[in-house]
Amino acid sequence: MSKKVAFLQGNEAASYGALYAGCNFFAGYPITPSTEVAEVMAAELPKIGGQFIQMEDEIGAMAAILGAALTGAKVLDSTSGPGFSLKQELIGMGCISEIPCVVYNVMRGGPSTGMPTGPSQSDVMCAKWGTHGDHPAICLVPATVQELFEEMVRAFNLSEKYRTPVFVMPDEIIAHMRERVVFPEPGEIPIVPRKAPTVPPAQYKPFDTSFGDVPPLAAFGSGYKFHVTSLNKAEDGFPTTKAELVQAEQERQVRKVEGNADDIIEFEEYQLDDAEVVIVAYGSTSRSARFAVNEARKQGIKAGMFRLKTFWPFPYKQLTALSGRIKAFITPEMNLGMCSGEVERAAQGKVPVKGIFRVDGEPINPDQILAKIKEVK
Amino acid sequence: MAFDYDKYIRPGKLPHIWCPGCGHGIVMKGLIRAMDTLKLQMENTTIVSGIGCASRLTGYIDCCTLHTAHGRAAAFATGVKLAKPEMDVIVVGGDGDGTAIGGNHFIHACRRNINITYIIMNNNIYGMTGGQFSPTTPTGAKSSTTPYGNPDPCFDLAKLAIGAGATFVARGTAFHANQIDKLIVEAIQHKGFSVVEILDDCPTTYGRRNKFKSVIEMMNRLKEIAVPVKAAEKMTAEQLQGKVLTGVLYKDETKPEYIAEYAKLIERAKAAK
Repeated sequence: MSKKVAFLQGNEAASYGALYAGCNFFAGYPITPSTEVAEVMAAELPKIGGQFIQMEDEIGAMAAILGAALTGAKVLDSTSGPGFSLKQELIGMGCISEIPCVVYNVMRGGPSTGMPTGPSQSDVMCAKWGTHGDHPAICLVPATVQELFEEMVRAFNLSEKYRTPVFVMPDEIIAHMRERVVFPEPGEIPIVPRKAPTVPPAQYKPFDTSFGDVPPLAAFGSGYKFHVTSLNKAEDGFPTTKAELVQAEQERQVRKVEGNADDIIEFEEYQLDDAEVVIVAYGSTSRSARFAVNEARKQGIKAGMFRLKTFWPFPYKQLTALSGRIKAFITPEMNLGMCSGEVERAAQGKVPVKGIFRVDGEPINPDQILAKIKEVK
Repeated sequence: MAFDYDKYIRPGKLPHIWCPGCGHGIVMKGLIRAMDTLKLQMENTTIVSGIGCASRLTGYIDCCTLHTAHGRAAAFATGVKLAKPEMDVIVVGGDGDGTAIGGNHFIHACRRNINITYIIMNNNIYGMTGGQFSPTTPTGAKSSTTPYGNPDPCFDLAKLAIGAGATFVARGTAFHANQIDKLIVEAIQHKGFSVVEILDDCPTTYGRRNKFKSVIEMMNRLKEIAVPVKAAEKMTAEQLQGKVLTGVLYKDETKPEYIAEYAKLIERAKAAK
């Protein structure tokens, strides 16, 4: 049987990816350029008995998905820059209370209202540092419409597996471009459920580390009574200010993601085997980079690309290894050097990191990247 | 036989954080009696709160409890209720949490008429942060941020809730302890968004700045200003000056309830598939 194929916009593909992953609850607030996700979910979720709610504001949408997730629902909220900023406090609660959820954030020009219809990649640091306090971060940055579908599925899986918010962050170009999407068959991509408690309700602790760094999460209404708080808490879920407990809990929450970086980080190595100049790119910028690499190769320049599919956790290890054997990194991105700074940390001063930064609402074109390749070769 | 509160309280979680003389404990006992009267299943009841003294109630009652961020309780509760309609969902919190930082969520929960009960402990002050004025602090009152008297007008929470679309609105006081559970019972039984405002006291941060010499004086004030709605019908405007109506202030059983409407929407969507 041939697979279902469709010509879809990125935001539409993301929505269908979420549905494929088992998303059954959506809360959101209208915002350009991500609103199409809300529109698809509003049409599709009720058909499968799921819930769609348009909340009164961005913060309310984030609150609603966290509440719903605690009843066992697989939840999604979609937004863009200003909305992503507004949600940050509750993203922190999602992290500290360890509530699985997916936040889809289309990157548009910023800061503030910025350029609502212009592409950008300037929210990648907000994904890591936007909410106050130490916390884990998982952020996926797809580069094609097909990948957007697949990365939504992966986002739900990671969120459930690691019991933490996961961000899928296409730039506006990827979110609004239309491409062919081949739908995977049901079951073709495995769906990961959250770890359910194996102990009876009386023995259940919502942050029980005897089950490892990712404690099982019961659902409200399933017979388990427990407390969830936004305060620093102990394993039993109740607030604590005991220094050693707070330290251990915070370290565990970061460790459950950073310590599993190899499981979470995905990337593409393009023409890297003999590459002397390596472009580190993500999202739509990686499409221009791929073109530039091909052009450079035609001209005899050994260029390659390390394409991030996962922005956080950041692939420091892989880039550090590369930096020992290349001449330079080039980091094209639609911001003023957010990824570039992380690549510099990975390069540890061994090779130069040359940025190409645009924040004018225009994409970075292949010529710009090719020119930089020639400059540093 | 004395009412057994202990079976509803989480073992080891008392004493609570509330100051001597605070009315929040009276409200919590009223809520527990109401839960007992209605025989709510604790595994199937979620109490949601935001941040503040009143919001700490969620830590004490032994059911599903969700202590969220400042002001967001109504929005979290909306998510819980919509995802799990069979669950009884109750929100508790204070005046600042619910109607300043959380005002938007509060009015929209009222507008949706979603089947949730919201209990507001209104002590006219931000207690936990040390006594700053809230949207219900009376004009002219002293607080740590209104040392020269409060220039702000204040909300009438019941009117706010009615205006925003809540379909059950009641008011009681921490003095009239025996009425609290009856109001909450009726609120939970109501199919729609129900608001129960309990006029409360904060001797620590409000009373001492506003010439209340004792908790008893604050409680006596609640006793004196409260007028049951029935009694008010026979009183003149002059007699009602400075009084506050208590009891069930508003009830509308005709407005569609959100969860029931959403269930119909799902049926329509499935039929159109």
